[in-house]
Amino acid sequence: MHLAYPAVLSALLFCTGLYGVLARRNAILVLMSVELMLNAVNLNLVAFDVWLSKAAEETLHSGQALTLFTIAIAAAEIGIGLAIVLAVHRNRGTSDIDRLRDTAEGHETGGPDTDAPATGTAAEKAEATA
Amino acid sequence: MTTTTLAVLVPLLPFLGAAAGLLLGRTAPGFARPLAVLPTLAAFVLATLVAARQGGGRAIDAATELTPTGSVPIELALHIDGFAALVAVLVGCVATCVQIYSTGYLRDDPRYPSYAALVSLFTSAMLLVVYSGDLMVLLVGWEIMGICSYFLVGHYWETPEARAASLKAFLVTKLGDIPFLIGLFALATDAGSFRITKVLGAVASGGVDHPTLIALLLLAGVAGKSAQFPLHTWLPDAMAGPTPVSALIHAATMVAAGVYFIARLLPLFEASQAAMIVLAVMAAVTMIGSALAALAQDDIKRVLAYSTIGQLGYMTGALAAGDRGAAVFHLLTHGAFKALLFLAAGVIIHAAGTNSLAAMSRMRNLRDRVPDAYWTMTVALLALAAIPPFSGFFSKESVLGAAEHVATGHTEHAPGAAGWTVLVAGLLTALLTAAYAMRLWLLTFRGRGAEAPDHGRQPLVMNAVLWVLAIPSLALGGLAFRLLPDWFDGGDLAPTLTTSVLGTGVALVGGIVTYAAWRHTTAVGARVPLGAVAAHPEGDAALVEAEAIASHEPAYGNVAYAPDPSDPGRLLLGPLHRHAAVGFHLDAVYSALFVRPVQAGASLVRFLDREVVDTYVRGAGTLPRWLGAAVRRAQTGNVQTYVSALLAGTVVLAVAAVLVATGA
Repeated sequence: MHLAYPAVLSALLFCTGLYGVLARRNAILVLMSVELMLNAVNLNLVAFDVWLSKAAEETLHSGQALTLFTIAIAAAEIGIGLAIVLAVHRNRGTSDIDRLRDTAEGHETGGPDTDAPATGTAAEKAEATA
Repeated sequence: MTTTTLAVLVPLLPFLGAAAGLLLGRTAPGFARPLAVLPTLAAFVLATLVAARQGGGRAIDAATELTPTGSVPIELALHIDGFAALVAVLVGCVATCVQIYSTGYLRDDPRYPSYAALVSLFTSAMLLVVYSGDLMVLLVGWEIMGICSYFLVGHYWETPEARAASLKAFLVTKLGDIPFLIGLFALATDAGSFRITKVLGAVASGGVDHPTLIALLLLAGVAGKSAQFPLHTWLPDAMAGPTPVSALIHAATMVAAGVYFIARLLPLFEASQAAMIVLAVMAAVTMIGSALAALAQDDIKRVLAYSTIGQLGYMTGALAAGDRGAAVFHLLTHGAFKALLFLAAGVIIHAAGTNSLAAMSRMRNLRDRVPDAYWTMTVALLALAAIPPFSGFFSKESVLGAAEHVATGHTEHAPGAAGWTVLVAGLLTALLTAAYAMRLWLLTFRGRGAEAPDHGRQPLVMNAVLWVLAIPSLALGGLAFRLLPDWFDGGDLAPTLTTSVLGTGVALVGGIVTYAAWRHTTAVGARVPLGAVAAHPEGDAALVEAEAIASHEPAYGNVAYAPDPSDPGRLLLGPLHRHAAVGFHLDAVYSALFVRPVQAGASLVRFLDREVVDTYVRGAGTLPRWLGAAVRRAQTGNVQTYVSALLAGTVVLAVAAVLVATGA
């Protein structure tokens, strides 16, 4: 198989993931898009490993080994990410990224049930900047 | 032990007692009383031993130089002549009495350990001043007394009066101490030494070039410490401290230091006619003004405070007449009877629950509640009024005799004008002194109205101390006036016939006139009820006194004044009474001259700082703040925006890297 096919496929996958990370509003979908990007990288790693090992006398297949690491790390990452999303959802009643703007400069209150702590932090921030 | 060793131990023992008291006061409160009383008592015994060994003979001099200073040397020096030996005995005696009395007076006070330690430190500083033969070492004791008076006057720091009074005492005496320090430096530069003996040698040989300037500078410090006009205003307010502290400050230590200092350096002052005239005028104004003010005070302790100022005026008057023997003689007798007056006043305030004479004059049988204070205070007041044969008579007559001696031109070391000023003022003050002593006695012990409150017996130590001090008040003058000339310069201290008759005569007139005025007004007094009495009569004396001081202003509108129509002083002084009660508005003058300009200056500086300097600072911060506000807008809180910016940046960098790599 020519190297171009997997390369183009992984580029497409990466772009899809990138779009999802930048544009999706649901945190779960953002996490899924991150997975897409990771897997695009994995695909590249495997493809280039195979292509390089054709020319070499003997090889350690380090690209494929690295892929295994990436998969393991991705599994851990998605576990933590989903746990955070779950906690945020329990707290705020939403996992919409556009509405989780607590770190904004002079941010408005995110929802009806976050009123009290939000005004508290706003007051603290006002004191700190004064 | 040699006499020098004993003399070194005299100031050292109370100092060690004070250090130990301050260190152990909190951890071992049981030691506080022995640590307060025993070192002072030992110092008293040693001072007596030193006096006995010195015996009025040649002055004992000892000096050691710790380290070379490069210019005028500073030495740890002792100079004990008859003056020093006797004054040290007085200081030791009064300090011991005060310490013993305090164990009763402040028996429930939680701050007693630090109080007693500070009293010990105060005593040690005064003994250092008395024995020191080096002016710099003397200055150390002089300043330690200043700071100790600040702490002790402010002992009841919960009350605003005490806080204000302690600050005032410190600042006013410091106002005098700065010229004093400059004067000491000028003196040392002229004389080439800080040693008193060498300074006096230089004065005798005419080696001091600017005696008038130096004497006037030193006089400012003396006026501050000895509460002479115009720096006397701190002393009546210092009554906000506990009574034993008043006794200590007024009888033997603080105020005596100034007079004693001039007595030591009298030849220097005599070298300048102008300084002697200034001294005489200062003494005359102080004497008469304070006696008038004393006649109008309502607080029993303020009467005594003004009387202290007046008696110190007698001492400076004697110095202005060039007779330091008479001045120190009066210092000794006054120390004894004034300590007694204050300590007795403390007992009376405790028993009556008030410090107001107006309130006491409406209590029947107060004298039966405190018989010891009654009898001893009568003795002390007779001594104060200079009635023979009490001790005050002999010392005051020696002062008047010295003034008369100068006025009639029998000496050349003091100007005749000074003698006349002191003599006339002294006789007038003798009249007024007898009047206010009589008024104090009548209002306190001859009150009419409700029965005085019964708080039971006073503590034994307090009454015992009164009787101990009554002995010198009664007999010191008569016994000592023949012996003292051997200790002093040899001048005759015996009363002369003219001044004795005149002085005693005017004193009797003053007493009788006051009695007549009291008989006249006392009918009015019964109809006007008046009086504020302490809320906790069962508390210890210090608590009662603190409450009495704190309640005087709310009850009568002024710390010094009570609207009492039955006061004989009001009848005697007439329209002057209102002005005399507030010390002839001197505080108001100072407030207008110094306090308000300083406050105006402070508010100007505050304006410059707040409005001018701060405006520049804020202006400099404006541009960065605007930039910061612009940058802060990028922080939207939306993570996706950040990632987009990150991506854009990466792309830009990548493109740039590629362009650089290809060399485009």
